[in-house]
Amino acid sequence: MLTLSGVSASYGAVRALHDVGFTAPEGKVTAVLGANGAGKTTLLRTISGLVRADSGSVRFGDRELTRTSTERLPGLGLAHVPEGRGVITELTVEENLRLGGLGRDNRVRPERLDRVFSLFPMLEERRGATAHVLSGGERQMLVIGRALMASPALLLLDEPSLGLAPRVVAQIFDLLGGLVADDGLTVVLVEQNARSALSIAHRAVVLSLGRVVVDEPADVLARDDQLRHAYLGF
Amino acid sequence: MQQFVNTLLGGITLGMVYAAFALALVLIWRSTRVVNFAQAPMAMVTTFIALELIEHGQSYWLAFVVALVSGAVLGAVVERVVVRPVEGGPELNAVILTLGLFIVLHAAAEVVFGNRYRSFPAAFGIRGMKVGDTTIALTGFGIFTILAVLAVMALLVLLFRFTDLGLKMRAAAFNQEVARLLGVRVGRLLTLGWALAAVVGSLSGLLIAGGSLVSPSYMDTVVVYGFVAAVLGGLDSPVGAVVGGLSLGIALSFVSGYVGSQLVALAALAILMAVLFLRPDGLFAPARERRV
Amino acid sequence: MRRLAAAAWRITLTRHLVTAAAGLLVLVVVMESVDDFRAVQLTEMAYLGIAAGGLTLLTGLNGQISLGHGALMAVGAYTTALLVSDDPVVPLVVAIVLATAATTAVGVLIGAAAARLRGPYLAGATLALAVALPGLALHFKGTLGGEQGLRLRVPETPGWVLETAFFITGHDLTRSKYVAYIAWLTLVVVYLLLANLARSRVGRRWRAVRDDEVAAELAGIHLGRARVSAFVVSAAAAGAAGSVMALAVRLTAPTGFTLTLSLGLLTAVVLGGLGSLTGALVGAALLTFLPSVITDAGTSMGLDDIAAAELAPLVYGVVLVLVILLAPRGLVGGIEAGWRRLRHHRHPVVPPGSITTSDAAPSRAPVATSKGDSR
Repeated sequence: MLTLSGVSASYGAVRALHDVGFTAPEGKVTAVLGANGAGKTTLLRTISGLVRADSGSVRFGDRELTRTSTERLPGLGLAHVPEGRGVITELTVEENLRLGGLGRDNRVRPERLDRVFSLFPMLEERRGATAHVLSGGERQMLVIGRALMASPALLLLDEPSLGLAPRVVAQIFDLLGGLVADDGLTVVLVEQNARSALSIAHRAVVLSLGRVVVDEPADVLARDDQLRHAYLGF
Repeated sequence: MQQFVNTLLGGITLGMVYAAFALALVLIWRSTRVVNFAQAPMAMVTTFIALELIEHGQSYWLAFVVALVSGAVLGAVVERVVVRPVEGGPELNAVILTLGLFIVLHAAAEVVFGNRYRSFPAAFGIRGMKVGDTTIALTGFGIFTILAVLAVMALLVLLFRFTDLGLKMRAAAFNQEVARLLGVRVGRLLTLGWALAAVVGSLSGLLIAGGSLVSPSYMDTVVVYGFVAAVLGGLDSPVGAVVGGLSLGIALSFVSGYVGSQLVALAALAILMAVLFLRPDGLFAPARERRV
Repeated sequence: MRRLAAAAWRITLTRHLVTAAAGLLVLVVVMESVDDFRAVQLTEMAYLGIAAGGLTLLTGLNGQISLGHGALMAVGAYTTALLVSDDPVVPLVVAIVLATAATTAVGVLIGAAAARLRGPYLAGATLALAVALPGLALHFKGTLGGEQGLRLRVPETPGWVLETAFFITGHDLTRSKYVAYIAWLTLVVVYLLLANLARSRVGRRWRAVRDDEVAAELAGIHLGRARVSAFVVSAAAAGAAGSVMALAVRLTAPTGFTLTLSLGLLTAVVLGGLGSLTGALVGAALLTFLPSVITDAGTSMGLDDIAAAELAPLVYGVVLVLVILLAPRGLVGGIEAGWRRLRHHRHPVVPPGSITTSDAAPSRAPVATSKGDSR
């Protein structure tokens, strides 16, 4: 579904990604793990075109993403929930959701909105509220719902658990797991919270200083104490 | 009594004109988070284009339309070529840039059109209307002004509140990067925002010019008054811009009539400072979040 | 001996004093080799430079943009006019100091009001100030002279000054040159103070507030106070500048303090490079000498007088736009950045004290709206 090979990217003079390559299999969750500064966020931003790759290829189905502009991606079925969530706090909950749908086919499909509301009932309750009154967990659900409004085939999620209480994190990951199982959604999940990520991941990629150091099935990584200690700290 | 009524009517008409200009400022602010200090000379340029057409025998309405269209083109070009590179950068750069444009357009107009005063016609007549035996300070053109601005305001509210396009424009203004990730063609919308604003600005230029004398500096004070009106209403609100413009126009009309015409600018400044102190987000602004 | 000199150079104050002394020397040399007409132009450059110096610190170091500094100059000028046109005539230095003090007081008021304003709001408010203040002079025709303005009677050059001048330079000191010397001496004093302030803790606070308000507040810096102090300092400079201008032109009228003046100052400061005193001086020079060059070029191209006169602002505007688009650090800032890059190439380790005095051009740091939730 999503294949990277030889991807390098930099911020000015600083090289953030070196020759990164892996495949995120279709219909599965691929966790991208690693310490702070390892390049995980840069990786997602390079995939979605916010950061230009210096070299390498990012293939999504039969499209070469390094030559596609960011705005086209929802139309192709790729949704990116960025670091920090990206809630547009000046808009209402419903407006945020509608925006997600607009980017795909230039209109909002009511059935998709209904589906999101049934997945996240509390969003329906607050649909007219300005988004900035939402709590962290509610915001995370809002942005996932917003991404789902575009009926994506591939979802890039950047640190959804950041700043959230464990119970909320568990809720969200449960939900993700359900979406993958029911809709065949492919997910690339960047996480610092490796434990939670590994609990729903099928594949695990670990980045260190911009390079891929581990690329294994998730359960293999979970069971290999040495590897886990070395790169994930537990 | 008659003076009071006339001052009031004069203020309303004047206020509507400021409102039009404020609407243009609000449009640009909503779509690109930049205050366009060059809006006035841009409007002045399109008004002069219309004037040239009229002086060469074309009809008033044709010139009117041409002015609006050239406004759209000018706005789009300015955004795409000059302002785009500084959007998203430090605010300071955008402010200085639009000020630079102010200087350029102003000076260019003086070089091309000269700085003498020329008269600009007005549709619907500029004679005061008669109510019973007295003539009040409301002209046909004044009524046209008021209606035109109200119509534009209504259209803008509809656009932003109820259309998908308006939603996308707001999203692009509030958070460009997230909007891009959601598939919004941010670049095009920014250009559209400026083009729209420039049309409204051109309209205000034509409304101010109607029935009076124009020179390249004729819109200069309008920058200040339009800005104050926009801030009064909250830079984000089209309705606010109109209310702000009206209030300001009426207030300044009374200052001019009853206190002294040289103090009008000072009064505007005082009003501006008062608003910025008491309700910095304007009278119609939505809630603001904490930063720390 | 060499080591002693190097150590002394590292102390900011010594460095500034030496630069000032050198500047004075150059001043005398230049002044004595030009005619009266040039001396008048140099005076103009001086008072524009004083105002620009204050403005460049305000905008460059503290990030506040002001379009009203022309109005502040007017305050200084009118105060001077009121002081100097009465009997007995006040000594010039006293007049300048008093005018500066008056403008500083006004600056406190405006600065306090402006402290809560950001970017475009501040620009708009100061724009309103620039447009509104001349109206005051028109309204209070009695005291402030209305449209005609106030005339100044500049007193005779004191005898001891004439003698000292002749002693140093061997030439007679003309009235124009006397004023020019006063203007430039004021500039040197003001710049010395500004440069020291910029390098002091106060200056660092200004920069901190400019760069990251939240971090500055968390570090214990009082935002309002920092902003007001920056504004007040720049207002004081503008007041001194206005005072000198009044003495030089010998007339203060509303037409001398239009929006064009404020915009001109801003242009000068941006062209020279925000935050750089050297840049402010360069900008003032351009503002003084370039218009006549451009206007002459215009007339020779066949434009009529009015059009040719407008050519200068046109060129300014275009250059201003180009500078912001292509070289936001301005001329001096860009040159200094290039110089530093060159230095780093040759001497990879830079010892602490050797950075130039005016290093404060702000970088074009991207605004952090791209990450996370919108603000």
